[in-house]
Amino acid sequence: MQQPGFLRSRNAGIALWAVAMLLLGLLPVPEFWITLANYIGLSALVALGLVLLTGVAGMTSFGQAAFVGLGSYATAVLTTTYAASPWAGLLAGLTIVVLAATALGGITMRLSGHYLPLGTIAWCLSLFYLFGNLEFLKKFDGITGIPAIQVFGFDLQNTRHMYLLIWLVVGLGLVALLNLLDSRSGRAIRALKGGVVMAESFGVNTARAKLLVFVLAAVLAGLSGWLYAHLQRAVNPTPFGLNAGISYLFMAVVGGSAHVWGALVGAAVMGVLSDWLQNNLSKLIGQNGNYEVIVSGLLLMLLLQRSPEGLWPGLVRGFRWLTSSRAAVKPGTEATSLPAPAGLRLISRALALPTRAKPEPGRTVLEVQSARKAFGGLVAVNDVSFRLQAGEILGLIGPNGAGKSTMFNLITGLLPLSGGAVQFLGERIDGKPPRTLAARGMARSFQHVRLMPTMSAIENVAIGAHLRGRKGWLAAVLRSNRVEEASLMHLASEQLSRVGLAGYELREAGSLALGQQRILEIARALASDPALLLLDEPAAGLRHQEKQALAALLRRLRDDGVSVLLVEHDMDFVMGLVDRLVVMDFGTRIAEGLPQEVRRNPQVIEAYLGGVE
Amino acid sequence: MDASIALILAQDGITSGAVYALLAIGLVLVFAVTRVIFIPQGELVAYGALTIATLQSGQFPATVWLLLLMGGIVFLKDIWQRLRGGEQAVSSGQLMRSCCVNLLWPLALWLLLKAVSPKDLPLPLQMALTLAIVAPMGPMLYQIAFEPVAEASVLLLLIVSVATHFVLLGLGLVMFGAEGMRSQAFSDWRFNLGPLMVTGQGLAVIGSCLLLMAALSLFFSRSVSGKALRATAINRLGARLMGIEVGQSGRLAFLLAGLIGAFSGILIGPVTTVYYDSGFLIGLKGFVGAIIGGLVSYPIAAGGAVLVGLMEAYASFWASAYKEVLVFTLIVPVLVWRSLGTHSLLDEEES
Repeated sequence: MQQPGFLRSRNAGIALWAVAMLLLGLLPVPEFWITLANYIGLSALVALGLVLLTGVAGMTSFGQAAFVGLGSYATAVLTTTYAASPWAGLLAGLTIVVLAATALGGITMRLSGHYLPLGTIAWCLSLFYLFGNLEFLKKFDGITGIPAIQVFGFDLQNTRHMYLLIWLVVGLGLVALLNLLDSRSGRAIRALKGGVVMAESFGVNTARAKLLVFVLAAVLAGLSGWLYAHLQRAVNPTPFGLNAGISYLFMAVVGGSAHVWGALVGAAVMGVLSDWLQNNLSKLIGQNGNYEVIVSGLLLMLLLQRSPEGLWPGLVRGFRWLTSSRAAVKPGTEATSLPAPAGLRLISRALALPTRAKPEPGRTVLEVQSARKAFGGLVAVNDVSFRLQAGEILGLIGPNGAGKSTMFNLITGLLPLSGGAVQFLGERIDGKPPRTLAARGMARSFQHVRLMPTMSAIENVAIGAHLRGRKGWLAAVLRSNRVEEASLMHLASEQLSRVGLAGYELREAGSLALGQQRILEIARALASDPALLLLDEPAAGLRHQEKQALAALLRRLRDDGVSVLLVEHDMDFVMGLVDRLVVMDFGTRIAEGLPQEVRRNPQVIEAYLGGVE
Repeated sequence: MDASIALILAQDGITSGAVYALLAIGLVLVFAVTRVIFIPQGELVAYGALTIATLQSGQFPATVWLLLLMGGIVFLKDIWQRLRGGEQAVSSGQLMRSCCVNLLWPLALWLLLKAVSPKDLPLPLQMALTLAIVAPMGPMLYQIAFEPVAEASVLLLLIVSVATHFVLLGLGLVMFGAEGMRSQAFSDWRFNLGPLMVTGQGLAVIGSCLLLMAALSLFFSRSVSGKALRATAINRLGARLMGIEVGQSGRLAFLLAGLIGAFSGILIGPVTTVYYDSGFLIGLKGFVGAIIGGLVSYPIAAGGAVLVGLMEAYASFWASAYKEVLVFTLIVPVLVWRSLGTHSLLDEEES
C-alpha cells in the first residue's frame, strides 16, 4: 500500500531534472541553446498555470498572454519612468495581476462551458489593443531601456545569469504546483472538472476554488512577464496578443494539459519545433510566407487527432515499459495503482480528527413538513411529511416517477421548495445551499455515481473529509500541512476499511466495479462524519451479492449510530433492511409504517402491481 | 455629433452589421450541428474577398491550388477508409461521389479558369466562380480536421479549430502575399436621402444579406436536408437513430458556412481593403453576435451582430483607437448575462 519506491522516483525525477538543467546552464553549450532555453522557461511558467487552470480545473483560457503583458508592462513602466528597482516592479506587477485576475475572474469564472474560453479571447484582445494605444505605455512602439535584475548587488545582465533565475523560478513553480495538487485544496481543485455538484455537497466552495485557480495561473503568467521584461530589456504589445495566448494553450495541450510535467514538455517541444521550423523551412521552401505557422498548426491537428491527451502520458508509458522490462516486473501490477498521496506516505504522523457528537437515539433527526414542489402545473411532490429518528434506517420508496428523487433534491438543497419546510436536528435547512449540508452533518451519495474517475479511491474519500481539514493552498504549497494531510489520509483509509474496500486505496476510482464505486461513495460520505446519511438509489444496477453486501454495510453503520435515509425503488432490497418505510406514488405519500404493514397495504400493492379496474 | 453624422454612422454600422450577421448565422449553424466553434470561417471570408479581387485583376487565384490539394487529401482519406473497412467503411457509391466532389470539381474549375479570362466575365459570374472555389473548402476542412475527432469535447474541437485557423492564415499569406486587395464595387449608383447619401453598394450588401437569410430560413423550414440539420442540432443521437447521417449533416453545415463565409468576403471586398489576415477580426465580430444569440438562436444572433456593427461604427467615431477594445469588452457582460440564464446546479457541466 505504501510506496516508498514511488516517493523516491518522484523526488528523484525532480532532482535529476534540476541537475540536468543546472548543468546545461553551466556547461559551455552554444549561446543560442541558452537563449532558446530561456524562452522555453518563460513559456513553461505560463503553461504551468494553464495546466492548473485548464487541464486540472477544466477552465480554458486563451488569454494568459494578457497577464504576461500586465506583469511586463508594470515592471517596464516602474523601472524606466520612475527608475524603481526591478523588485519593486515585480511586486507592483504581481499586485496588478492579482487585482486584474480577481476582477476578470470574478466576472468570467461565472461563465459556463464554452462561454469562458470565448470570454478570455475577448479580454485578451481588449488588453492587447489597450497596451497598443495607451500613451504612457508608448503605444505600439513599446518601452525600451529596462534595467537588468539585481541580486545582492549583482547585475543579471547576461543570458546565462537570466537562465539560472528563470529556471529556478520554473522549478519552484513546478514543485509548488505538485505540492498544491496533492493536498486538501488540491483535491478540491481537481474536483472542479466534472465534479462541482459533488464537491459542493461536501462543503467545497467551488466558486472560490475556481477564482483561486484563476488567480494562481495569472500570477505564474505575471511572473513570466516580469522575467521577460528584464530578459528582453524592452517590451511592446506584440508578444502579449491573442496569438501568444493561443500558443501558450497549445503548449499545455501538446505536452498533456492534465499533467504538471506536460507543461514543460509542451513548452520545450513547441519552443524547439518553432525555432527549428523558423530556421529551416524558409531555407527549404523560400522566403515568401509564414510556413512555421502552417506546419505547426498541421502538426497540432495531427497530434490531437492521434493522442488527444498530449505527449506526457505517452512518454510515461514508454518509460514504464522500458524500466519494467529491465526490472522484469509483471506488467499490469503497477499500472493499476496510482502514486500514493503525500499524506498516505506520512500516515504514521496522523492525529485523530475531532468527531461530531451523534444525536441520541430516538431524537428526530430529519423532519419533512408538508414539502411541496411544483414544476409549472405538475406537482412532483404534493405536501409530503415524514420524520426520521436517530439510529434508524428509513426507506423512501415508490414506483418510477413517484417523486422520490425530487424529494431527495429538496432535502439536499439542489431544488428550492414550493411550500412546506425541512428541518434537520431542529433547524430549518430548506433554502440553504447544498454546500452547507456537510457542515451540519448530512452527507449524501448520488444516484448516478459521481466519483472523480482518475483520482485514487483514497483521494476520492478524502474529498468527503474536506470540512474536517483547515489548511489552505499556501500551506499546501509550502508543505506545512503534513500532519493534517496524514490525518485526513488516515481517516480516509479507515473509512475504506469500514466499508470493506481496504487494499483498494490507490486504485483508480474509475477502474472499480459499479458495486465498489457505490460503496466508495458511501465511504466518501462517511468521511465527513455525518449524523445522517442520504443515499439515492444505492442498489441500482447492483448484482444480488453486491446488494447483500451493501445491506450488511448499512446495518453495521446503523449500529455505529449513523441514521440513514434510503431512497429506493427496489422493494426486495428495502424490505429486509429498513426500520420504517415511507411510500410515495404520484408525488403523494400513500403509506408509512413498518415494512410488514406496508407490504400488506392495498394502496401500495396497487401502486406497484397496478390496480384491478 | 449632429444628426447627419449619426445617420451616416448608423448606415455604416448596419452595412457591416449585416455582414457580421451572416457570419453569426454560419457560426451558430456549425456549432449547433457539430459543436465546432468555427473560427476559420474568418479565413474563408478573406479567401472569398481576395479570390474575387484576384479574378478581377486577371490573375489565376491560388485558392484553386489549395482546393485541389484539400480535395486530394479528402479523397485519399476516403480511399484509406474504404481499404481499412470496419465500421466507417466507405461504399463504392460514396467513393464515386467523393471523387466527383473532391477531384473532378476542383479540376473542372482549374480547366475553366485556364480556358476563359475571368477578368472579362460579368460580375455575377465572377461571384459564382469565387463561391465555387471557396465554399467547398468548408466541408473539406470538416472532413480533414474535425471528422476524426467529431465526438471529442467542445474544448478539443475548439483547439483544433484554432489550429486550423493558423494553418489557413499561413496559407493565406503564401497564396496572396502581404499586400491587401480591394475588389470592384457592385455599382456606382448613389442618391441623397435627406442628409444621407445612400450608396448602391451599401444597399446591395444589406439586400443580399436579407435575401440570403430568407433563403436559409426557407431551407431550414421547408427542405428535408434543412430539417435533418435542425434535428441533428437538437439531438445528435436521436437524429442518428432516425436514420440521419450525422457526418453528412456536418458536411452540409460546413458547406453552408463556407458559402456564407465566401459570400461575406465578396460583399466586403469592395468596401474595405482585405488582407490575408483580415478575416479573423471580421469573423470574431460575427462571433460576438453569435454569442449574444447564445450560439443557439439565429434571429438574436443576427440582431446581436447588427448591434456589434453599430457599436463599432460609433466607437470608431468617438475613440477610433479604442474601437476594438470597446467591441471586445462589450462581449464580456453579454457572456455573463448569457451564462447566468443557462446555469443550474442540477445538470453537471461536461459537454
